[in-house]
Amino acid sequence: MQASPGSLLIIVPAFNEEGAIGAVVRSIQQSVPGVPVLVIDDCSADGTLARARESGADVLPLPHHLGLGGCVQAGYKLAYELGYEYVIRLDGDGQHDPQDVPRVFETLRKSGCEMVIGSRFVTENGSRTGVARSLGIRFFRLILRPILGKAVHDPTSGFVGVNRRALEVFSKSFPLEYPEIEALVVLQRRAFRFEEVPCRMRPRTAGRSSITAVKSLYYMAHVLLGVFVNVLKYDRRLRRAQRDAG
Amino acid sequence: MDRLLNVITGLSALLLLIVLVSVRRAHIRVEYSVSWLLAASAMLLLSLDRAALGAAAVYLGIPDSPMALFLIAGAVFLIVLYRYSLIISRLRDDNVALAQRVAILEYHLQNLRQQGAAAPPNPPGR
Repeated sequence: MQASPGSLLIIVPAFNEEGAIGAVVRSIQQSVPGVPVLVIDDCSADGTLARARESGADVLPLPHHLGLGGCVQAGYKLAYELGYEYVIRLDGDGQHDPQDVPRVFETLRKSGCEMVIGSRFVTENGSRTGVARSLGIRFFRLILRPILGKAVHDPTSGFVGVNRRALEVFSKSFPLEYPEIEALVVLQRRAFRFEEVPCRMRPRTAGRSSITAVKSLYYMAHVLLGVFVNVLKYDRRLRRAQRDAG
Repeated sequence: MDRLLNVITGLSALLLLIVLVSVRRAHIRVEYSVSWLLAASAMLLLSLDRAALGAAAVYLGIPDSPMALFLIAGAVFLIVLYRYSLIISRLRDDNVALAQRVAILEYHLQNLRQQGAAAPPNPPGR
C-alpha cells in the first residue's frame, strides 16, 4: 500500500464490527475501485480482523483498545508516513454510504479545504436521528457557530475527509475520545477551512450502538470541556506570540 | 475526641505500614509511594502531637481539633489524588502513542516480510 501523488486512502476504524465490516469494505471497493482501504481494528474481541482481511482490506491491528480517537489517529499517522495526500474516514458499522466518497473527495481536491465533512443535514436527504442525538447536535451547532465563525450542520459526523495539511496536524495531536467536534476546533484554531457536503446515513447493518443516555450526558460534558480547553490553549499561545513579537 | 484522634493515629499508622509493605514487595514504585508516606506521616504526627494540632485548629479558625485534622487530611489526600491524576494522564498519552507506534511498526514489518517472501531467493554464493 504505497501512496502516489494526489493519492487517496480510505480508513475505517472498527471495534467489534464482524457483522458489518466485510460488507462495508466490499461496498467501498465497488464505489471507488482501486482506492486502498485500511481497516484499523481497535483490538476487537470478535472476528472483525479476520472479516476485514477476507474482504481484501489492508488491516492495522492495534495491540490494545484505544477508543475511537486513538484508533483514527493511528490511521492518520500511518497514512501520513506512507505519503498519502488525502484520507477519508468512514465508520465500520455500515452507516455511511460509500457512494458519497467520490463527492467528498472531489470537494477535498477542488476546494482546497483542509477538511470536508459528509453531512446528513446540509440538505434534506431522509436521514433520521433520535430525539436525544438531534438535540445534542443542535446544541453543539449553537456552541460551535461563534467559535468556528461559520455554521456547521453536522458536527458529530464521522464521515470526514482531510488533506495532507490536516493529516500532519492530526497525526501529532488528535482528541482521544469523541474526536469529531474537538477536531473541528483544533483545525479552526489553525485557520484551516472546512466544508460540508450532503451525504446519506443508513441504519446500522449489524451490531448495536454503544451510546446510552448516561453516556450521552458524559459525551456532552466531555466534548464541551474539550472545546473550551482547545479555545483557551490557542488563545494563550496567540497572546504569547503577540507578546514575543511586540 | 481522644478516641477519634486515636482512630486517626491507628489509620495513619496502618496506611504507613501498607505503603511500606507494598514498596518492599515492589507493588508500588518508590517514587509513587513518597506522596502517600508523607501524607500518612503528617496525619500520624498531627494526631499524636495534640499541641501542634490545637495550634493548627486555631490557625484555621476551627474550634474542634479532630475536625481540623479531618480538613487537613482531606486537603492532603486531594493533593495526592490530583498528583496521581496528572501521572495517569501522562501515562495514558504515552501508552496510546506507544500502542500506535507498535501497530504501525508491525504493519511495516508485515509488509517487509511479504515482500521478502515474494522476492526470488538470492543465488547461493552471492
